[in-house]
Amino acid sequence: MYHNEMKIEFPSKSQNEAFARVVVAAFASQLDPTIEELSDVKTAVSEAVTNAIIHGYENTSGTVTIKCSIDGNKLTVEVLDCGKGIEDVELARQPLYTSRPELERSGMAFTVMESFMDTLEVESQIGKGTRVIMTKSFKSV
Amino acid sequence: MLLKFSKRDNTLIVFMAGELDHHSAENVRIKIDNKIDEFGIKNLIFDFSDVNFMDSSGIGVVIGRYKKIMEYGGKVGIVSLKPNIKRVFELGGLFKIIKEYKNIEEAIESF
Repeated sequence: MYHNEMKIEFPSKSQNEAFARVVVAAFASQLDPTIEELSDVKTAVSEAVTNAIIHGYENTSGTVTIKCSIDGNKLTVEVLDCGKGIEDVELARQPLYTSRPELERSGMAFTVMESFMDTLEVESQIGKGTRVIMTKSFKSV
Repeated sequence: MLLKFSKRDNTLIVFMAGELDHHSAENVRIKIDNKIDEFGIKNLIFDFSDVNFMDSSGIGVVIGRYKKIMEYGGKVGIVSLKPNIKRVFELGGLFKIIKEYKNIEEAIESF
């Protein structure tokens, strides 16, 4: 089975949200995705990276890591931060839930990731950080 | 993100171009709020014609402005959504409170 992988690290600056989603989309493009599939990946990555920056690091400086792998026609994207962690992952994953209502956030980030990718796993430890693992299989291969 | 503003009677039209994410949202929010206050308008139309990317940050931007416009008893409309952006709004249940119109003329007529 075909395998490929890549890893990027960047500081938790909001300017890097666009950088991150474009890099992952470029990596995924070897799977010959449709425009819609690529757009789904970009949106999901943008949500995960934004969460790491706003919630993981609470806009302080830290490093966001993205690991991607391709196995056959399946893309796996892991977004990791070493930030504050999520106290209650189940609650955080509920649509419309936001831990920071003052920020005018919609509380839809995890719902978007879940809807636009095939699978979503969230692992988090208080004070250690959060790992979001998403997969998507591409039909076009 | 590039914003262009125009005014028709008591409606502010915001033409948006580029990518709407958490990074660009803050600036978009401030600029639109300033224009609403400066022009003293009642209604607001978001023209998404040239928005190529949007994540859930965009839902917050639209709902935040909706709340502001509601305070003055005005109406908010959205026009020209690309399919990927429409799906984000659908997930957020946005169309339950804000209507999408075919074009600016249709939005203004319905206000």
